[in-house]
Amino acid sequence: MEKEELKKIIYELVEASTGKKKLKQTDILKKVSADQGVEKDEVKAALRELVDANTLIFTYFGGSFIEIPPK
Amino acid sequence: MSKKYDTPLLDELEKGAFPSFVKEIKLAAKHSDMANDLLGHTELCFKERVTHWKHGGIVGVRGYGGGVIGRYSDIPDKFPGVAHFHTVRVNSPSGFYYSAAALRDFCDLWDKYGSGLTNVHGSTGDLVFLGTKTEFLEPFFAEVSSRGWDLGGSGSAMRTPSGCLGMSRCEWANIDAMAITNDITHHYQDEMHRPAFPYKFKFKVAGCPVDCIASIARADMSVIGTWKGDIRINQDEVAKYAKTMDIKAEIIDMCPTGCMQFDGKAMKIDNSNCNRCMHCIAKMTKALRPGTEKGATLLLGSKAPIVTGALMSWVIVPFIKMEPPYDEFYDLIDKIWEWWDENGKNRERIGELIERLSFPRFLKEVGLDPHPAMIKEPRRDPFFFWSEEDIER
Ligand code: HEM
Ligand code: HEM
Ligand code: SF4
Ligand code: SF4
Repeated sequence: MEKEELKKIIYELVEASTGKKKLKQTDILKKVSADQGVEKDEVKAALRELVDANTLIFTYFGGSFIEIPPK
Repeated sequence: MSKKYDTPLLDELEKGAFPSFVKEIKLAAKHSDMANDLLGHTELCFKERVTHWKHGGIVGVRGYGGGVIGRYSDIPDKFPGVAHFHTVRVNSPSGFYYSAAALRDFCDLWDKYGSGLTNVHGSTGDLVFLGTKTEFLEPFFAEVSSRGWDLGGSGSAMRTPSGCLGMSRCEWANIDAMAITNDITHHYQDEMHRPAFPYKFKFKVAGCPVDCIASIARADMSVIGTWKGDIRINQDEVAKYAKTMDIKAEIIDMCPTGCMQFDGKAMKIDNSNCNRCMHCIAKMTKALRPGTEKGATLLLGSKAPIVTGALMSWVIVPFIKMEPPYDEFYDLIDKIWEWWDENGKNRERIGELIERLSFPRFLKEVGLDPHPAMIKEPRRDPFFFWSEEDIER
């Protein structure tokens, strides 16, 4: 799968769970790799680009989570 | 900067024989607004018996999920100097060696970008820089990284590995603790900076069972140097010790496994029963030396008392060669992490997970063989069990 497409899927997953359930990095890797049938490492690489670009960020609330940065 | 607050409660903590963080904060307060307001803020917390700090949140440097720990005051109008009071962890070098110039440089940087208060080292092993504002995080990070330093771990990630100074100064080091600490740090950069675990994971590497780094009590994975074969005995030196030391009381009777004998002339050790505690070697440094085949024992699972009480690490691999490129070691770690990732709950340390799911299941699923050295506590029976497949009917 194209990396850009994977990035979009990851972003949408995080967006959809905002305000409902905080996702950990491992939740995202498990879900996206199962749903899309791709290796976890591929998902990880796509997620990393999103974080490096500040499109998604790590947050800490009694555990480390991936979220959309505040506006 | 002049004194801003009366702090009768904090002043109590300057009394007595021990070093006092209050004294240090007062020193810093002479030239730092942040440190000054920290005094007033902390005094108020003590007076009201309630914390005015808020934890966590969204602070960090770009791309990293750790290394910065966010703290805010919930009464920033009263104490603007500590409205933000974030902590930055910088990865310590193996063996904790610094040049004085590097330390001075760090102090100058922290006077510029932070409160001037440091904690060297925190119990994590990092250089801990206490108290800065969000807007100073990126500039401070840029300065330290331009000098070749990097942030340490925090949050649900691998924490900054640490180890004893090993072979650089200590004749007892059975493994190169500094090299191993450094190698783990570089091997797992991703796991340190991009938190992906259920909770924190700490490595501590000790060159020998004296365990100066206290890895057995404070690391999820304790790597402790050990040896195979017989303790080397120099009987002439034993005879010399006999003149100045009560060998029976101080050595023979204190050997935890009772495997030593001394008839007034020669010392004998039943090495098959020695558990390599280092007691005799550490007491009779000239007479006794460890055996010559060197390696490490790997132990897993210790943590400080938070949820169910303190846990010590227990043996999972009695003996492993620890030589570059450490493939066997890293393969095992990867398997353990995978198992933890599959089964662990949020904020569940690996030791707690093993307690919940059982040690036999852990061994089986990561592919380790049971061994009598895998005791849970000293002088307790091993706790592995027969499974269905083991029984011949
Ligand atoms: C009466 C007041 C305080 C008590 C009793 C206290 C107690 C402790 C204890 C027991 C630890 C673990 C230390 C270790 O195991 O080595 C710790 C860690 C820490 N404390 Fe405090 N603390 C106090 C005030 C403060 C203040 C005022 C600050 C900040 C200015 C602070 C910042 C930290 C940090 C950052 C750590 C973690 C250090 C690390 O592990 O790297 N503490 N504290
Ligand atoms: C009564 C006051 C306090 C007590 C008893 C206390 C206690 C502790 C303890 C026991 C730890 C765990 C240390 C470890 O496992 O290494 C810790 C960590 C920490 N503390 Fe405190 N603390 C106090 C005040 C503060 C204050 C005032 C700050 C900053 C404003 C602070 C910042 C931190 C940070 C940043 C950590 C590290 C968190 C992490 O490991 O991710 N603490 N504290
Ligand atoms: S743990 Fe052992 S090897 Fe390391 S410094 Fe202490 S005595 Fe030396
Ligand atoms: S190392 Fe410990 S167990 Fe082994 S002989 Fe010496 S005192 Fe006894």
